[in-house]
Amino acid sequence: MNLSILKPKKENLQSCLVVGTSLFCFGIFDIFSSTFLNYNITGYLPGIINYFSPLILGALGLYFIRIEYSGNKTLDTINKNLNSSNFNAVLSLIVIFVLIKYVPPTLNWTFFDANFVGNTKEDCTGDGACWVFIKVWFNRFMYGMYPNPEQWRINVSFLILLGSIVSIFILPHKFKKFIILFLLFIFPIIALNLISGGIFGLKWIETGAWGGLSLTFIVSAFALIFCFPIGVFLALGRRSDLPAVKYSSIGFIELWRGVPLITVLFMSAVMFPMFLPDGTYMDKLMRVIIAITLFEAAYMAEVVRGGLQALPRGQYDAAQSLGMGYWRMHFLVILPQALKLVIPGIANTFLALVKDTPLIFVVGLLELAGMIGLAKTNPKWLGMAAEGYVFAAFVFWVICFAMSRYSQNLEKKLSTER
Amino acid sequence: MTNIIELKKVNKWFDKFQVLKDIELEVKTQEKIVICGPSGSGKSTLIRCINRLENHQEGKIIVDNTEISEDTKNIEIIRAEVGMVFQQFNLFPHLSVLDNCSLAPIWVKKLPKKKAEELAMENLKRVQIEDQALKFPGQLSGGQQQRAAIARALCMEPKIMLFDEPTSALDPEMIKEVLDVMVDLAKGGMTMIVVTHEMGFAKEVADNMIFMDEGRIVEKAKTKDFFDNPKSDRTKLFLSQIL
Repeated sequence: MNLSILKPKKENLQSCLVVGTSLFCFGIFDIFSSTFLNYNITGYLPGIINYFSPLILGALGLYFIRIEYSGNKTLDTINKNLNSSNFNAVLSLIVIFVLIKYVPPTLNWTFFDANFVGNTKEDCTGDGACWVFIKVWFNRFMYGMYPNPEQWRINVSFLILLGSIVSIFILPHKFKKFIILFLLFIFPIIALNLISGGIFGLKWIETGAWGGLSLTFIVSAFALIFCFPIGVFLALGRRSDLPAVKYSSIGFIELWRGVPLITVLFMSAVMFPMFLPDGTYMDKLMRVIIAITLFEAAYMAEVVRGGLQALPRGQYDAAQSLGMGYWRMHFLVILPQALKLVIPGIANTFLALVKDTPLIFVVGLLELAGMIGLAKTNPKWLGMAAEGYVFAAFVFWVICFAMSRYSQNLEKKLSTER
Repeated sequence: MTNIIELKKVNKWFDKFQVLKDIELEVKTQEKIVICGPSGSGKSTLIRCINRLENHQEGKIIVDNTEISEDTKNIEIIRAEVGMVFQQFNLFPHLSVLDNCSLAPIWVKKLPKKKAEELAMENLKRVQIEDQALKFPGQLSGGQQQRAAIARALCMEPKIMLFDEPTSALDPEMIKEVLDVMVDLAKGGMTMIVVTHEMGFAKEVADNMIFMDEGRIVEKAKTKDFFDNPKSDRTKLFLSQIL
């Protein structure tokens, strides 16, 4: 028997298209009806064939429309991108099916069936998410237990931060240096005094009351600023020729890398005060920030070391032959190149740091995720865990995505390749 | 004339392997020396010892009346006086050609930025790539990169220039533009030690030739004598193969 008539060819484009498209549409309709209309068209077929019938139908359909150089632009584009081989056709189908099956329910839950109006759990009557929960608790999620009349102080700090960051991008190049110096050295002091108070007639607010997203920002910002230089020096130390420097760096890095963050935090809160002399006291938040900083610095050190090792020996030779000593060689020649190489790794560590901050709940500090964890145990709002954590996931995702995009931008901007 | 470089009984080992054996060398001010020899003979190691990119284990190296030793302060002073050009150019890829040239004058010689950049432009003009000053090394051809590297070394206003196979990584047609710059430099009275296989260049420029094999200086002679009647058989063999 001559089977070549079944092979899709340009000559019978019309009939191939009709057969292929109808098979494909039938497959799609099959999955569609079983998802939304509660009716399984191919239900009479034996179990496993029934289960895979949309896939089989779709794949057959795609097989028939896979005609190279058909002359039809749309068809060619579809074939090239979604349907270049049987395997790719099946992958495309699976993606389409997953989208049909899971996207509409997700949208329904988050938007169409969700409740936005009201002030209590009882106002949530629909099937979907109860965003009223987020609305009612929003203030706590942002500011923790920080007293409401004083919250402007946090807002002002973040406005200054935001303003300086924006001005870095807007102002001409020569002012950039000053703004960065301001952000690194002066701003932290201003922000810390403003938020904690105790001077200029501002009411003292102890760190135990800090919380919510603002605490996430405070912890991550301080840890980010400090872990970077410490990491760089540890990386240089690990490659040093001086045995004392080298082995203490190795010891430090391996110690902190080998311990889970949660135990480090626990020790910083519970065991560390026992070693302090009587009468001295160190704020819990401060201890936690130091612990996270040192922990992430160990990771940062290894990332930076990777960059240092990627540089060819010739760069060191050239810098030395021009009379540069150790520090000038590293700060002018080696580190600018090494750090540029490891921007993806640095971004990775920074993202991990931001996402590690929720762990400070073990010592009783509640940032965004911690506040949500607390709110969901409120007797009036039981059963709101999903809404709360979806919200937390969304906020963290926005922060991390912004950082990721920025790092990619930076990479592009610093590239001096052809 | 006085000796600006003196090497006395210099020995060097990489682990157990001896790369330099009893090297004796004297270089006078404004003298041009070309070192040749088969690969692995210790030529590069020898000139890298002169500015202590490699350290020697035995013997004395005296550069401009200062002995090269463990004392790092001295080494930085000497390195600032000894320019070096590498086979792989080793330009700093994150800086423009101009910044490559002005970096060390600004940070090591402490020149004001403006002055350092004028100096850099002067030297870039000297190697005829002043129009490439604002490009990055990656955007230049091999020959241009090597000329930029020479300009970078010249910006430190060195008393001595070391060249470590400066044309070996270049396409044949770019070799000439680099050699021209070097000939020009030689005529300007620079003290030069050049490791190269470009015998035409050697004949034109060198006062003395050195032939090295297996870590030893096999033959040192005036350039004309070296090419016209080499004494050792090893030199004869080498010359017969590359000429």
